[in-house]
Amino acid sequence: MSLLDLANPSRFLKFADRVLPWLGGVTVVALAFGLNQAMGAPDDYQQGATVKIMFLHVPSAWLGMMAWGIMSIAALGTLVWRHPLADVAAKTAAPIGAAFTLLCLVTGSLWGRPEWGTYWVWDARLTSELVLFLLYLGVIALWRTVEDPSRAARAAAILTLVGAVDLPIIKFSVDWWNTLHQGSSVFRMGGSTIYPTILVPLLVMAVAFTLLFVTLHIAAMRNEILRRRVRTLRLMQAQAAS
Amino acid sequence: MTPLGALLIRDMRLAVRVGGGALIGVLFFLVVVTLVPFAIGPDLALLKRIGPAVLWLAALLANLLALDRLFAVDHEDGSLDLLLMSRSPLELVVAVKGLAHWLTTGLPLVVAAPLIGLLLNLDGAAQAGLVVTLLAGTPALTFIGLIGAAIAVALRRGGLLLAVLVLPLTVPVLIFGVAAANAVMTGAAPFGTPFTILCALSLASLVVGPFAAAAALRQEIE
Repeated sequence: MSLLDLANPSRFLKFADRVLPWLGGVTVVALAFGLNQAMGAPDDYQQGATVKIMFLHVPSAWLGMMAWGIMSIAALGTLVWRHPLADVAAKTAAPIGAAFTLLCLVTGSLWGRPEWGTYWVWDARLTSELVLFLLYLGVIALWRTVEDPSRAARAAAILTLVGAVDLPIIKFSVDWWNTLHQGSSVFRMGGSTIYPTILVPLLVMAVAFTLLFVTLHIAAMRNEILRRRVRTLRLMQAQAAS
Repeated sequence: MTPLGALLIRDMRLAVRVGGGALIGVLFFLVVVTLVPFAIGPDLALLKRIGPAVLWLAALLANLLALDRLFAVDHEDGSLDLLLMSRSPLELVVAVKGLAHWLTTGLPLVVAAPLIGLLLNLDGAAQAGLVVTLLAGTPALTFIGLIGAAIAVALRRGGLLLAVLVLPLTVPVLIFGVAAANAVMTGAAPFGTPFTILCALSLASLVVGPFAAAAALRQEIE
């Protein structure tokens, strides 16, 4: 079976039913292993135990951005090929991405209170991340406002592509502006500046969070396809009755 | 007269004659600015310090107010379908509608800003800074707003949704507009950097806005 075959909703449902238990299991194992590693990682000499917040904060920030990236790719699928599965992928990625972005903002605030002395500063990285969260809520609101699913998909796709401008702004905000938020320290020219005892658990957590996202996304897509089938059946029933 | 020229004149006539005319935006601008001293107290030194920010914010909201009906009215009376079927490229049609909107909403705000700035104790330099930054920045607000107006065109409760969709995208314009206006007033920070970025935002939205809005209109109206 090639990847393109999955574009058929029925085949996708079969595929989802087959992989979801495995994906869920792997995600639980990866999360348990990652959290265990994070707990075992040494405290920072300055930050003490608060550095452990980073094991949640950094992966949720990455996932929050990745979800919008996936929505943008799905938006192209919606606009260019008008594919219903792309609509479903874009719609279901939005709440998950919003949740990860919120998690990133909340964990960042909780870390900022002891380390920076404040829950919030209007720094470029924090502001652009908040804008991403607002964009997520806007897209979700748009999905809920337009009744016809395929029209909602096309409107949301355009908004998603326009909002994708925010992604490079978030990524490079720490390089372009002199921010309180620290600069790039994992993916940068000349290698990571994070000591391996912290970096390895962080990357394990990133993998675990990605698996969590994939699991939630496939499950949500399956639910959305089923929800649409129920909707179509109801419409047919109502037509037959009238 | 070319079709696009006729459209520009039609849109400007409609904006001036229907729904309270072009000055309703300026009136809204004035009312919002008037509310500020009531909310924070009539401290002239404080008002002067936050004056450019207040005026920029009020201009942003006044601009948004008029955007709501930009495509919705044409959609309701059917003229949008004619525009979609016309031989002129839809992107240009949308750009012309944006231009008409800016001429009837953005430009009056730019003209009124120095006068209304007097209410907030702004001096000559601050007023000049405000006019220059609003002149450079309001096109960005209009052309970013076009996208939201096109997406929300066929919605019954489009107005509120439009604000939610458009306002996050206008954050950079607000940041650099206020930064440049404040730089003129205080002289503490360089004016050129935020101002050139503001111009860049306007130029970029001039390109992106019409294409995205035209794409949204084509998708919405079928």
